[in-house]
Formats: sequence, C-alpha cells, structure tokens
Amino acid sequence: MSGASFQVINTFDLRVYLVPFLPFVASIITLIFGKRYFKDKAHILPVLSLLFSFLLSLSLLFDVLSGKTYQFDLYSWIVAGSLKVGLGFLVDPLSVMMICMVTSLSFLIHVYSIGYMAGDPGYYRFFSYISLFTFSMLMLVLSNNLVQLFLGWEAVGLCSYFLIGFWYEKKSASDAAKKAFIVNRVGDFGFALGIFAMFYYLGTLYYHEIFERLPLIAGTYLNIYGYEIHVPFLIALLLFCGAMGKSAQVPLHVWLPDAMEGPTPVSALIHAATMVTAGVFMVSRLHALFEMSDYAMAMVALVGAITCFMAATIAPTQFDIKRVIAYSTLSQLGYMFMACGVGAFAVGMFHLFTHAYFKALLFLGAGSIIHALHHAPDPNDIRIMGGLRRYMPITFWTIFIASLSIAGIPGLAGFFSKDEILAYAYFSKYPWGKVIWLIGLVVASMTAFYTFRIFFKAFFGEFRGKDVLHGHHPHESPKVMTIPLIIISIGAIFSGWLGIPEALGGGAHFQRFLESVLGHPEIHVEDHTLEYILMALSVLAGLLGIFLAYLVYLKVPTLETTFSSRFKRIYTFLYRKWFFDELYDLIFIRPTLFIARTVVNLILDTFIIDQTVNGSAKTAEAFAGFFRKFHAGVVNYYNWFILLGLLIYLVIMYLK
Amino acid sequence: MLVIPNLLSLILWLPLVGIVLIFLVPRKKEDLIKKIALLTAFVDFLFSIILLINFDYNEKGFQFVEKWLWLDYLNSYYFLGVDGISILFVPLSTLVTVLCILISWRSITDKVKEFYLALLFTNIAMVGVFLSLDLLLFYLFWEALLIPMYLIIGIWGGPRRIYSTIKFFLYTFFGSIFMLLAIIYLFLQYGTFDYTALLGKTFQPHIEKLLFLGFLIAFAIKVPMWPVHTWLPDAHTEAPTAGSVILAGILIKLGGYGMIRFLIPLFPHATLYFAKLILILSIIAIIYAGLACLWQSDLKRLIAYSSVSHMGFVTLGIFSLNPIGVKGAILQMINHGVVTGALFMCVGVIYDRTHSRAISYYGGLATTFPLYAAFFMIFTLASIGLPGTNGFIGEFLILLGTFLSNKTVAALAATGVIIGAAYMLWLYQRVFFMRPSQGVYNLQPMKWNELIALIPMIGLVFLIGFYPNPFLDFMRTSVFHLLSNLR
Repeated sequence: MSGASFQVINTFDLRVYLVPFLPFVASIITLIFGKRYFKDKAHILPVLSLLFSFLLSLSLLFDVLSGKTYQFDLYSWIVAGSLKVGLGFLVDPLSVMMICMVTSLSFLIHVYSIGYMAGDPGYYRFFSYISLFTFSMLMLVLSNNLVQLFLGWEAVGLCSYFLIGFWYEKKSASDAAKKAFIVNRVGDFGFALGIFAMFYYLGTLYYHEIFERLPLIAGTYLNIYGYEIHVPFLIALLLFCGAMGKSAQVPLHVWLPDAMEGPTPVSALIHAATMVTAGVFMVSRLHALFEMSDYAMAMVALVGAITCFMAATIAPTQFDIKRVIAYSTLSQLGYMFMACGVGAFAVGMFHLFTHAYFKALLFLGAGSIIHALHHAPDPNDIRIMGGLRRYMPITFWTIFIASLSIAGIPGLAGFFSKDEILAYAYFSKYPWGKVIWLIGLVVASMTAFYTFRIFFKAFFGEFRGKDVLHGHHPHESPKVMTIPLIIISIGAIFSGWLGIPEALGGGAHFQRFLESVLGHPEIHVEDHTLEYILMALSVLAGLLGIFLAYLVYLKVPTLETTFSSRFKRIYTFLYRKWFFDELYDLIFIRPTLFIARTVVNLILDTFIIDQTVNGSAKTAEAFAGFFRKFHAGVVNYYNWFILLGLLIYLVIMYLK
Repeated sequence: MLVIPNLLSLILWLPLVGIVLIFLVPRKKEDLIKKIALLTAFVDFLFSIILLINFDYNEKGFQFVEKWLWLDYLNSYYFLGVDGISILFVPLSTLVTVLCILISWRSITDKVKEFYLALLFTNIAMVGVFLSLDLLLFYLFWEALLIPMYLIIGIWGGPRRIYSTIKFFLYTFFGSIFMLLAIIYLFLQYGTFDYTALLGKTFQPHIEKLLFLGFLIAFAIKVPMWPVHTWLPDAHTEAPTAGSVILAGILIKLGGYGMIRFLIPLFPHATLYFAKLILILSIIAIIYAGLACLWQSDLKRLIAYSSVSHMGFVTLGIFSLNPIGVKGAILQMINHGVVTGALFMCVGVIYDRTHSRAISYYGGLATTFPLYAAFFMIFTLASIGLPGTNGFIGEFLILLGTFLSNKTVAALAATGVIIGAAYMLWLYQRVFFMRPSQGVYNLQPMKWNELIALIPMIGLVFLIGFYPNPFLDFMRTSVFHLLSNLR
C-alpha cells in the first residue's frame, strides 16, 4: 500500500515503542505516587516524557522522509479460532504526521497546564490523566490493526470521560462526562459491528491485509430484508458511525459542546486538536474502503457538510466562549469530512494538521482569558469581557493570529488548508463536489463572523466585568502559559506553509507526502485561472464575515439585540442548538427509562414472572415458618450431617 | 514440573482437612478458625495453580483422570478429570473461596465457626461439579452446593433472607429435578453414568429434544436465563458479601459450564434445533436485564441484574456454536466471576461501613474515599467491556463469534453494550461523583483483608485484558474438538 518508494521494516524498533509508552509510564507513576510524594511537582515526569516522545517522533519523521516505514507486532494480543490480532505499530507518513502533531501539542499543553492548573487539588490527577490520554491517542494512530485502533479509540474516550468530569463534584461536569461516554458508545456500537463485518468478509483485521483483500468484496452484496446492500458501503457505514461519535458529527455531536465542562487545556488538546480528529484519521486510514462505494463517499461528505453548516449557525448565538469555540470545532471537523467525501483525503488531513494548531491556540487563548477572570462566577461568559487587549496583550495577539488563521486570511495556516478543501471540492470528480464547495464557501464567511464576534467582544470596547470581579483586575497569564501560546501561534501561522499549493508557487509537499498513502484524488484543472478566482472568493467570504462582525459587535452594538428580537423564532431555534438535546430526551431517554420503570420492573418482573413462580411463593412463606424454627441455633448440626455423609461416601468408595 | 498423584482428588478434598480442624477448635477462638480456613483455602488454591501448570493444552481428551468404581449396583464411578473447558473453573473456584474468607474476615461476627465451615463445604461442592465426569457424582455435587449456599444466605443474609432463600432453593431445586430425570433416563437406557461412555450415543429425535430440555431447565435456572432469572436479584440482595461473591463467581457459572459440557456434546441435534430459541432468550436477557438495571435503587440489586445481562452474553456465545464465540463465552464466565465478584466485594466494603445499600444514600465518594473509588472504577470499566480490561476480550469474542453465525442476533445483542455503559456510569455518577452526601464522611480506610482480596482481581482484569492468550490457549483444543463433533 505504501508503494514502491518505501522500504518496510518489520523488526522491533525501540523508538516506536517508546513514543507511546513513555507518557504511559509517566501517567501511572504520577497517578500512584503523585498525591503523596510529587504534589505540586507532579507535572515534571509527564512533561519530560512528552518532550522525549516528541523528539523520538521527530526522529521517526526523518526516517519516514528518507523512505523507511515500520510495521511490526509487539506481541500477539488475541488469538482465537481464525482471529489473530496483535498489539503492534505501523509507522508510515500518515501515522508519523499524527504522532508529531500529537506529541508536539501535548507537550506544549502540558507546559501550559502547569500554570493553568496550579493550585488545583487534583493537580497530580490532571497530569496523570492527560498523559494517559496522550498514550491512548498515540496507540490509536500508531496501530497496525483495527482492534488496537478500537482499543485506543475507547481509551481516549475514557480519558476524555475522566477529564470532562475532572471537577466531578459539579453535577453538570459529571453529567457531561457521562453523556460524552454514552453518546460515543452509540457510535462505537456501529464501529464494533463494522469491525465484525470486516472480519467476516475479509478474515483479517490488519490494515495491510485488509488493503490487499479489499478488491475481493468489490462486487459483494448482502441481502438485508430484501434489500441488496453493497458490502463495502455497509462496512463503511458501520465504521463511520464510530467516526460520527468520536468526531462529533451530526447526529452524534451533542456531547462535544457539553464537554467544555472540562478544564480548558483538555478542551484544547482532546476536544479540538487530537481526539475528536480520530474519526477523520480513521476514515483516511481506511480510505480505500470508503472509495469503493460512491454512497459511502456521499454519506461522509453530506454528514460533514450538515455538521459544518449547523454548527456555524449555532456558534454566533452562544455566550460561553468555550462553547462557541466547540461549535467552531464541530464545523471545522465537518470541513475535514467534506474533504474526505470528495476524495481529497490528504487535504482533509492537512486541514486536520493546521486546525490542530490554530484551534488549540484559540482554546488556550480563551483559557488565558478565563484564567484572568477566574474570580467571576462564570468566567466563560463573553458578556462580562471586553477591552481585555489592554490587560493581556500577549493573549490578545495570539488570539488575533488564531482568529485570522481560522477566518482564512492569506498567509496563515487556515487559509491554505481550507482553500485546498474548497478547491478540491470544486474540481472533484464526484457530482456533489460543487455543492460541497458552495456550503464550504458560505460557512467560511460564517466562521469568520462568529470568530471575530468573540474577538471583538472580548478585547475591544469597555471592560464589562467590573461588577462581578469584586475589585480584582484581569491580568496577563504567567510566562509558563504565554510562552506555549507564542510557540503554538507560530504553528498556527506556519503549519500551513508546509502545503502551499502549486497555484501559489508552493510544492504542496505536505499533501504529496501523505498522498503516497492516501492516494491522489482525480481532479481536472485546465488552468490556474479558475483556481485563483475560487481563492479570491473564499478570501472575500472571510473578509465579509470579519466586516459583518465588526459592524454588528463593534460599530453598531444595538444591531445584535435588534436581530435577536426581530427574528425571535429563528434565534431561539439556534440558541437552543436546533433542539437536539430536547429531541433526544423525548425520543430516546424518556421512553427508555419509561420502559425500564414500568414494563421491566413493575409489570413483568414483579407480576407476571414472579406470580407464576410464586404460586409456590405462598407455599414458600408457609415453608419459611417451618424452616425458621430449625435455623436458629442448630446450624452446626447441618454441617455435622454434611461432613458425616461425605465421610461415609469416602469410606464406601475406599473400601470398594 | 511438579507431578502430584491424584491431584484432582487432592484439590477436591483438601478443604476437608480444614473442616475437621475447625470442628476441633472451640468456637470462641474465632481468629484461629479464620486462619485455618484461610490457610486451607489458600493451599487448595496453590494446588489448583499446580494443576494449571501441569495441564497439557494440546491434549484433546480428559487429563489427570481418576476413575474408581464407586457404587457397583448403580455402575457409578468416582470419575474425575479436566479438559480445556473445565480447567479454568477449578482455580477460579478455589480463588473465590480464598477471597470470600478474606472479605468476610471482619464483616461476619455471628456464628463464625459455622460460616467458615459452610464456605469450605462450598469449595468442595464447587470444585466437585467441575471435576465430575460421572453423571451421578456430578448431580450429587450439583445439589450439595445448594445446602451450604442455602445456609449462607439464610443465616447470614439481610432482612428478607428467608423469602430469598426459599425462592432460591425452590427455583434451583425445581430445575434440578428435570436434570435428574434426564440422568435417570440415560442410565436406564445405557446402564451407565459415565460421561465419556455416553458421548457419541444417538437418540431418537424427540427423545433427544426431551433430554436436552431436561438438562436445559436446570442449567437455564442456574445461569439464570430470562425468564427464570427472578430468584437471582433476591438472592444477591439478601446474601452476605461472601454469598454474593460465590453466587456471581461460581454458582451461576455452573449453568453455562453445564451447557458446554453436556448439552452440546451429548445432544448435538437438539442443540442445533434449539440454538435459535436460546439465542433469542439471550438477547432478551441482555436487553431486558440491562433496562431493569436503569431503574434499580439498590446497589446489589443493580449489580445482580447486570449479572443477568452479562450471562446473557455467555449463553449467546455458547449457542453461537462457533469456536470464537464459545471461547469468548468460557472466558467471559471467568471474567464475570472476577469482575462481578469484585463489584460485590466492593459493595460489601462500603456496606460494612455505612450499612446502606441504597444508591441514593451515597454521593461524592470519590472525594471522601478515593482509593475505593479507583477500585470501583476499574471494575466498572471491566464490566462495561472497555478495551484493555478482561470484559472487552470476552464480549468482543462473543459478539464476533455470534456475528459470524448470525449477523442480526449479534447486532441486537450489541445494543446491550450501550445499555451497559449507561447503567454502570449512571451508578458510578450517583455514588461517587457530585457533592459528598451526609453519610460518607469519615469512613474507615480500606483494611488489609479488603485490599488483599481486591488487588488480585485488579491484576486479573488487566492480565486477561492485555494478555488473554494463555487463557484462550487452555480452551483451544477442547473447544475445537467440541464443535467438530457438531453437525
């Protein structure tokens, strides 16, 4: 699969092994000894382990760049019947790019958390969990088979559960954690069936064997109640259920906004940069499967587009700064799936890569603001911010960079990757390409609008939080937080430069590097003129969004309330997030609990089943009175009888 | 390797030594009684480990066989042996006994002597069931187990223990009668109780079905399968911790073990005929009991219903009649013994301190009792089958095996995994998260006996989760052999 240009090494390599296991060891040691011995030094081990992991990842990157890939099993994990699965690693362009991204960001966010989490009673616990998360994520991306992918998949979900519910004494936090886990379980239900189906039809769960055998099922159909279902489509659909859960796509997106209950570094690392992109990674990893079915591709594109648009409509109505960014994450993940759905997997991964940096930056910047306002009852509320650029200049500049990047302003990372998606959608061989392009263009404008809404509301105008801060003043965050911000903002600018398209004189090196694994999308470009026009359109869309945000939130502040009261119905619909939570409560949660309560517990168990048996229950009660007399103190006799009986049997047996 | 003659008899009867010694000790010396019981059980466990080490997993027949004529007028033998299907249950039984003694160390203060006697008797009966290859001997051990269990629940149980014990006794005894009838029929027909002699015998189709059903009723009640499960929540709720651990750890495994040992090899045609029915009942058990868990207010009752749901997976795996599914089912029985046993021990730990089983009584234990919260979390995760824990391996193999034989059934059963996560996490949230409730402050820290009982279980959760192959290897040849005779 990796083509002739790569030399595959099948022997154990210590570096590959250490990349995930260093954070794992750090996590376990910190968890066990952190509370008693490390206390406020609990960060040292995890931070160091991540630094080494990052350096090792870089050395692996150089190996892959020089044409060496790794594929080996650590040991054989589950062997039963014809099933053989190992715990093993696959280091190729796709996974090496992921581990570099994950370890670099995780390292920086670990450092940032030293400042952000300082003084928290669960300090050691936080670092242990977040290292454990990094381990799980690395296991996920480095896996060479689907079961280990699933191991990492569930393990990142578990760490996410721990970290969303980090402040578990808050009911909202523990509710959100539980919701995230269960919604993901719904997706994983499909994912697991997808794995079973894969094994059923291909007899293997290793990637390299899957890719070899996929052509065998190209013409296979399964009859489900009279419908002939194309098997590759079926497997893709089932696996994609998992991706919808993990990457928070409609209709399984409802957990991600609530997940903002976790500490902000968690939101940045897990719920923006890494874990939630696992779905995109999985789809890209198995792109050969998805490309076998046009329906599967259309499904991916459609789900991505719906999420992308829906989230962009909700984001401007929310007042919690982290929730706005969470919806923006949903929307950007939608872009990545749109790219996958038009066959441009490498471009989707490119956006995943740049997004990781600028979105992490946005979150950490927001975290810096929240840190500054932590004396307020609800420091996340953008209504109490304003004028903050005077108090916290570094945060101001870093958020400015992140906002420009996500708005797609030329020269910054987000511009290159988003523009590539739009271009590939427009020129795609798939008939839905143009529609995807149009949605992408419109949402680009909306993205710029809601991002700059926060930007203007937080940093410009008058500071509105004086009343709630009770004499405290907002302050710039300590160096241990601002330095990671500055480093990540470099990523938010330059990560896109790795993949500057040919039309702009670049070599699209990033995409070419990944296309050796992810395949070249077939696109038809006659000349670059149209490409320039498209590019100009998307830049204009971004600028339009920024201008509107400037108009509504800075220039004419009354416009906001005018709009929300004029279009009250629409506003409520958006503000209540399209009523998804209410809908699920109505059609899933309440009926399930109703069935559980009435049918199962009251009617069936107590009345029907027991009554049939409890014809004897009356007898039983009568018996009970009889037996009760025995019980009291003569138990010893029972034991004597048992012993005696056994001895007699033994003697008889022996004599015979 | 250490070779010990008559190893199976040694493991089976060793607790008798402890029993006799305890009889001789005056009842006032409670500490000595406990120590004798613990030592006996532990030595027995060590012998069962020696058994594991000496087991040859490439051998398809029975190993360590001991066969002496016992009752010649009935042509019944004292016939013991293990194969890949029963081998893992032997150390599990002896381990469960050790743990039960440990966990009861402080919580049983009344009639101490009788309690430990009953536990050691339980040990003999449990091991006896798994080792017997003579149907009469099997039946005797099967029924003998009821007596100490009956006493443990009826004497050291909760307030409604009489109702529960009677219900438990009637249910299981009722089922056993049908098995006894089937065994008697087999004896009259073929003049033997010898399991190995009965293998390969053929029956008229309707006779085979009747015999199958006779055994099935006994096993189904023990498992317990839906709809004959209602004794289990009552028995669990009222039983003392040790009683619950034995129930969950071993007693309900007898049903699953019996299905694999007797139903499939003795009645292959009836097995194929009834497989679909049992698959459907299994799905109902998984979903129905899972839903029932959502509305429980009592900790032990909730875990008891979750047992019904998990055992639904076991019967599902067995009757997928697929090597992956059957191996998964056997492994899942071990897993369930470990995990649910440990969960009941955990409930016991907290019950000893607060004397409440009501979920609503608790809250915020993660703040006031963090080590305990960590333990409970690990078993919760194993219970919901998170990869990396033993529960995942079992459920994954069962569902995969089922998928290979019937896709719809697997898809329906897999919904149980969602429900499982929902009720366990909801339970965890209500007990451990949020603000601490009134009654959970100043709890005594975990005691040595509790730690020693729980830590090996954590070890097993991760050992089987990350390295299940040694366990699966034990079953390989036997399961292959078992299913190759089918069809």
